[in-house]
Amino acid sequence: MAENYRTTDERTAHATYERMHATKEFHELRRRYRGFAIPWTVAFLVWYLTYVVLSTWATDFMNTKLVGNINIALVFGLLQFVTTFLIAWLYAKHSAKHLDPLANQLKSEFDTGAHS
Amino acid sequence: MSQQFLTSSLFIAVVLLTVGITMWASRQTKTASDFYSGGRSFSGFQNGLAIGGDYMSAASFLGISGAIALFGYDGFLYSIGFLVAWLVALLLVAEMLRNAGRYTMADQLAYRMRQRPVRTAASMSTVVVSIFYLLAQMVGAGTLVALLLGVESQAIKNVTIVGVGVLMIFYVTVGGMKGTTWVQIVKAVLLMTGSLLITILVLAQFDFNLSTLLGAAAENSGKGQAFLEPGLRYGGDFLAKIDFISLGLALVLGTAGLPHILIRFYTVPTAQDARKSVLWAIGLIGAFYLMTLVLGFGAAALLDTGADSEVAKTTGNLASPLLAEAVGGGAGSTGGAILLALISAVAFATILAVVAGLTLASSSSVAHDLYKGVFKKDRQVTEREEVLVARVAAFAIGAIAIILAIPAQRLNIAFLVALAFAVAASANLPAIIYNMFWKRFNTRGATWSIYGGLLAAVGLVFFSPVMSGAETSLFPNSDWAVFPLSNPGIISIPFGFLMGFLGTITSREPESEVMFVELEVRALTGAGAEGASSH
Repeated sequence: MAENYRTTDERTAHATYERMHATKEFHELRRRYRGFAIPWTVAFLVWYLTYVVLSTWATDFMNTKLVGNINIALVFGLLQFVTTFLIAWLYAKHSAKHLDPLANQLKSEFDTGAHS
Repeated sequence: MSQQFLTSSLFIAVVLLTVGITMWASRQTKTASDFYSGGRSFSGFQNGLAIGGDYMSAASFLGISGAIALFGYDGFLYSIGFLVAWLVALLLVAEMLRNAGRYTMADQLAYRMRQRPVRTAASMSTVVVSIFYLLAQMVGAGTLVALLLGVESQAIKNVTIVGVGVLMIFYVTVGGMKGTTWVQIVKAVLLMTGSLLITILVLAQFDFNLSTLLGAAAENSGKGQAFLEPGLRYGGDFLAKIDFISLGLALVLGTAGLPHILIRFYTVPTAQDARKSVLWAIGLIGAFYLMTLVLGFGAAALLDTGADSEVAKTTGNLASPLLAEAVGGGAGSTGGAILLALISAVAFATILAVVAGLTLASSSSVAHDLYKGVFKKDRQVTEREEVLVARVAAFAIGAIAIILAIPAQRLNIAFLVALAFAVAASANLPAIIYNMFWKRFNTRGATWSIYGGLLAAVGLVFFSPVMSGAETSLFPNSDWAVFPLSNPGIISIPFGFLMGFLGTITSREPESEVMFVELEVRALTGAGAEGASSH
């Protein structure tokens, strides 16, 4: 978006954003967010693709029966549900504890203009 | 009371209920924010239900349980990709999109890039994805209603498609996001309750023992243990296996790029609420897919699924409704008739809600991105005018969908849905991810990744066995299939990412990098993000 279209208000706001971006708190917030989101995304994608690949190529392994009519394929599939719920829960906990307080603090400083 | 009368009455009840909700919502829809995002006033839980309502389409309710009923374990594979996909939305997309944008997917790109090119590109892919998805639902509706009412006629199917189209235009133009969201919420509650009831009734027949249920399913299916193992549907030669992996990729990466899902994150007041709504959605959708597992194997155990059975002839779509009839006491019994009518009505409500969400997503993008952002670039557009354009666009998209859906009845529904996911994963997801994580990303990168992913996904399907060269193709008598897979994702998704990368490194846009600072602060902290409307 061209800088020339911006109003004075927007230019002031931009200066505030720049200042916030440079703060220690913001760097910490970004580090905490990425430190959780990126490794866990890689982890669940690898885990899911392992399941998909095993279901197509390692069928003998997947067909091994564990209890009664319940085989590894079914347990592996259900484990995908378990890990999805688990990662979602971990993220909820992580963000409530480590992200939200910092984000809210920065946001209220922005709203009250503490940085301007 | 005949079955047809009972089913029809419940269908009419569903229509009256949803029309009533829409009329009520219309009185509270005044501003553009009301129309596009329901005034951002829904709670995390309400929006979680609505996301579930948008996502648990007839394709998953009837399609997955039907696929399990016919192909056993392989039907289950679909639902796993659909569920795991929500982690992408939760960890990488929902909150930052909520903070960075206003009404559409394009907003967060336009925040730091040149409006016209990125809004045009994002709007194109929004409309393409939504139309593919819409056609799948409408074709499904036609088949389903004809089957459920027990009348096998082409005229009934066509009338249903037109009827569903008219209703969805009504929901969106009159009720806007508020009406559509409440329709989704009601539908989600009906669907969860209905599924839970049948699941419990099925499990009760097997003493709540999963192993016994599986054993009975394997035996009654006539396929023995193979029914409980992967490979019945997707097994085969090397290419078939690659094709399956390609499908798996599109499923897991497509969800977070579906426009009708993305705009749901704007209906809540804060990013924290957006997170809560995804958490609720994961819980609901996960529970729902676990129930479809029981429904699918239950249908395999209790119904005739042989080659000439009704379940097989409808490619599994009737498995759940017929299962409801069976556990209610069987054909001819009062309990069976009531449950069959109930589940049929739930399926109908499901279709109505999903088509409304899709129509809203595409008409919002046409009005907000194309009309306001592209055609009226420098001129102020009043809210009234913008909402009017959105309503006209909803009408036009609805009309186009009706016209396309009539001939599209020859296409396979599961394929249309898979294609929508593949396009969303190839065209939308790369741009969304790059925009949030890569400072250097710019207008050329965004347009190249969107158009590149879109053309690759649609183009590969055009040159695949889906279109020509095989008995099951749309044009079985010609052969231009040079691409051997039916699912393009494995090529088109990396291609979308690659084009985004190439476009970005071959151009410089200092403006975009300056504004990235603003975008990043806003996305992570919510500073300056759009709040809930005050009334």
